[in-house]
Amino acid sequence: MYRLALLLTGLLMVASPSMAAMTAITTAPKKLEDLYLGEVLYYAFQEEWFEAIARLDTELDQHHGLDQPDLDSLFPHIGIADFAVGDFELAYRMHRRAGRAISALINGNVPEELRNEAIFRLAKIYFQKDQPANALHAIERIDGAVPKKIRDDLAFLRSQILMLNGRFEDAAIILKGLENVKSLEGFAGYNLGIALFMVGETKEGLGHINFSGKIKSEDPLKLAIKDKSNLVLGDKLLGAEQFGTAKEVFDRVRLEGPFSNQALLGSGWAAASADRFEQALVPWSILVEREVTDRAVQEAMLALPYAYGKLGIYGKAALLYNSALNAFTAEIDKLGASIKSIREGAFLRALVREELKQDSTWVVKLRNLPEAPETYYLLDLMASHDFQESLKNYLDLEQLRRKLESWTTDLDAFEEMIAKRRAYYEPLLPEIDREFRLLDSRMRLRLEQRDRIQKRLEAMLVTPRPDYLATARERIVSERLDHLSKTLSAGGAAPPSEVKRSIQRLRGVLHWNIYTDYDRRLTEAFHNLHALNQDVEMLQQQYDSFVRKRQAATQSYEGYGDSIRLQRNRIVTSLEKVETLMARQGHMLENMAIHDLSETRKRLEQFQVKVLFAMADSYDRAARAEEPRAEEAKGGEQ
Amino acid sequence: MIKGLITCVLGILLCGWGVVVQGKEVTREQIKGLDEQVQEIKSDVLSIAAELHKLEEVLLYPSNTEISMFINLNNGEQFRLDSVEILLNGQPVTHYLYTFKELEALRMGGVQRIYTGNVTTGTHTVQVNFKGKSEGGSTLDRTESVEVQKDVGPAIVEITLAQQSITFSDR
Repeated sequence: MYRLALLLTGLLMVASPSMAAMTAITTAPKKLEDLYLGEVLYYAFQEEWFEAIARLDTELDQHHGLDQPDLDSLFPHIGIADFAVGDFELAYRMHRRAGRAISALINGNVPEELRNEAIFRLAKIYFQKDQPANALHAIERIDGAVPKKIRDDLAFLRSQILMLNGRFEDAAIILKGLENVKSLEGFAGYNLGIALFMVGETKEGLGHINFSGKIKSEDPLKLAIKDKSNLVLGDKLLGAEQFGTAKEVFDRVRLEGPFSNQALLGSGWAAASADRFEQALVPWSILVEREVTDRAVQEAMLALPYAYGKLGIYGKAALLYNSALNAFTAEIDKLGASIKSIREGAFLRALVREELKQDSTWVVKLRNLPEAPETYYLLDLMASHDFQESLKNYLDLEQLRRKLESWTTDLDAFEEMIAKRRAYYEPLLPEIDREFRLLDSRMRLRLEQRDRIQKRLEAMLVTPRPDYLATARERIVSERLDHLSKTLSAGGAAPPSEVKRSIQRLRGVLHWNIYTDYDRRLTEAFHNLHALNQDVEMLQQQYDSFVRKRQAATQSYEGYGDSIRLQRNRIVTSLEKVETLMARQGHMLENMAIHDLSETRKRLEQFQVKVLFAMADSYDRAARAEEPRAEEAKGGEQ
Repeated sequence: MIKGLITCVLGILLCGWGVVVQGKEVTREQIKGLDEQVQEIKSDVLSIAAELHKLEEVLLYPSNTEISMFINLNNGEQFRLDSVEILLNGQPVTHYLYTFKELEALRMGGVQRIYTGNVTTGTHTVQVNFKGKSEGGSTLDRTESVEVQKDVGPAIVEITLAQQSITFSDR
C-alpha cells in the first residue's frame, strides 16, 4: 500500500496535460486600447515574468491613482489586467502574492465566470504547492457559471484534488465523465484507473489503464502517458505473476521514448520470470548497449549475464559480468569526480551559464562542459518538483542579482548626469531669471493696456465715442486749432471774422471726418484688437513654454538626491539578501545533487560486490562444465 | 537470486517513477522556508524596479519632451519579421533584430516599445523600415514615413506592421 501511495504521488504529478500551461492569458485583447498593457503582454508571452510584473504593477498603480480611472486607456482592459497580476505572479512562482491577488479578485465585485476562473487558479496554486486541504476548500467555493474554456480542466483538477485528499471514489465519478474529452485523452483514463485501483476495483482499474495504453495520438504528451500506462500496467501484471501478458504490455512501450529503458528491463524480467531466458536476452541485449549511466541499463548489465548463466552459457556470462564490473568501476570513479566537482562549486557555476538556457536539453548538456559534474545521473533528481523549484529559485535569484548590480551602475550614471546638469544650469539660471523678471513686468504692463483697450472698445459698442478713434494727425490738427483760437482771442480782442470762419470750417471738416468715418474706424479697431489678441496668445504660449522649460531645468537636477539614496540603500540591502539566499539555495541544490550521486555510487558499489561473486561463480561453473569435456578429450588421447 | 533481483528492479522502477527524489539532508520544510524568503525578495526587488522605472521616466524622459514608439503586428499576420529600423528626422535612432520568441510574442498580440527618446515640441518626421520574409518566402522590405506632432504631453506613435503595409497612429 505504501508503495502504491508513493507511486500515486508520482503519477498525480505527471498525469496532467495542463500543468505546462501556466498562464491563462495566452492572447492579447482583439482591440487593444492600452499600448502599455500590450507591452506587458509582450514580455509575458516571452515568459519574462519579472519584466511583465514590474510593468503591470506600474500600470495598475498609475491607473488606480487617477481621479477618473474610467477615462484611462487601461479601463476597458482592467479585468484582464487584474487577472493577469495573479497569473504572472503564479508563473513567476510568487505563490503567496499570487494567492493574495487572486483572493482579492475573488472577493471583489467581479462577474461570476471571472470569479470562478480565479478560484480555479487559486485551487491550482494550492494543488501545485502540495496543500490538498486548501485546494479542496478553494475548489468547493466554485458556484454558478464557469467559463467554457476551463470546464474540462476544472473537472480534471477537481478529480486530482479529490485523489490527493484520498477521496478516490468521488474522483472516479468525475473522471468517468472525462474519459471521452479529447484534450484529456489518456490522462483521464489513467487517473481513473489509479482511482479505481485505490478503492479496490483492481480489475476495472487496470482495464482503464490498459485502455490508456492503447490510445492513438501524435501528441508527445499523450504518447508519454500512453507509455507510462503500459509501464504501470506491465508492473502490476508482473506482480500478479501474469508474465506473458506483462511482457506484451511492456513491449507496447515505444523503443525511443523516455520510458523505453524501464520497459525493456521489465520485458526481460517478465520473460525471465516465466523461465524463458532466451526471450529475456533480446530486450536486455538492446538495453546494455545504451547509456551506461541509466539505472535500467545498469540493472540489465547484471541481468543479461544472469540469463546467460541460466541458459548454461557460463563463459559468455563470465565475460559480461567482467564487462559490467569494468563499467561499474569506471562509473564509480566518475561519480566520485562529480561529487568532488560539485563540492568545488562547478555545478552551480554551470547551472547559470547563459548559453545553456537557450536549449531545452541544457541540463543534459551540462555534462559536456569542462569540469562540470556528470549530470546524466541527476536527471531523475532534476525532474523532481522540489529540485525544479529550487533550481528555478536559484536561477531567479541569479537574475535578481544581475539586475540589482546593473541598477547600481544605473544609479551611478543618474547621479553623474544630475551633477552635470547642475553644473551647466546653476551658473546660467540667475541671469536668465533676472532677464525673465524684466520681460515679465513689461509683458504684464502691455497686457493691462490691451485689457483697457478691449474694455473701451466694448463700451463704444453701447455708447459711441468717435473722438476716441481720431487719428494722431487729427488730434494734432484739433490741438492746433484750439491753440490758434486761444492765441487770437488773447487780451480780449475779437479774432478777425475771416479767420474765425476758417477755424470753424476746419473744425467742421475734422468733425465730419471723425464722425462719418467712425464705423469703419471702429471695425478696424476691432480687427486690430483681434490681431493683437493673436500676438498675445503666441506670447502667452512662449511664456508658458519658457516657464515649463525653466521648471524642467530645475527639475532635471533638483529633488532626486533622497530618492536615489533611498533606492541605493534598498538595492544594497536586497543585494545582500539575494547573495545570502543564493548561497543557501545553491548549497541546498549541491546537497541534493551530492546526496543523489552518493546514493547512486553506493548502489553501484553494491552491484560491484554482487558482480564479483557472480563472476567468480560463472567462472567456476564454466570451468566445471569444461572439466568433463577435458577429461573426455584426455581419455580419448590415451 | 531471481526474486531478489526482481525486488531490486521493481524498487528501482518505483523509485524512478516517484517525483520527489531528494537528499535526506534537505527537508521539505527547509525547501518551503527558503522558497518563502525567495518570494519575499522577489517582491522587494519588483518594488525597487517600479520605483526606478518612475525615476528613469522623470529623469531621462520628461513628458514634455518624451516620444515613444510602439511596434505591433496586424491581427493574424504570419510573415516573418527580421528587423525594424527607425529614423527620427532623418537620423537613425534604433535598429532592432527579432528573435523567434519576440516574433511569437508580437504575433500573439504583444506590443514592443521599440524606442523612447526626447524631442522638442513641433513636427517631427518618423521613418520606419522593416525587413522580413512573406509567408510565400519572398523578401519583404518596406518603408513608410509619418509626420508626428509633439505637444506638451508625451508623443506616442503606434506602428502597425503588415505584410503589405505600415500604418501609424498617434495616441
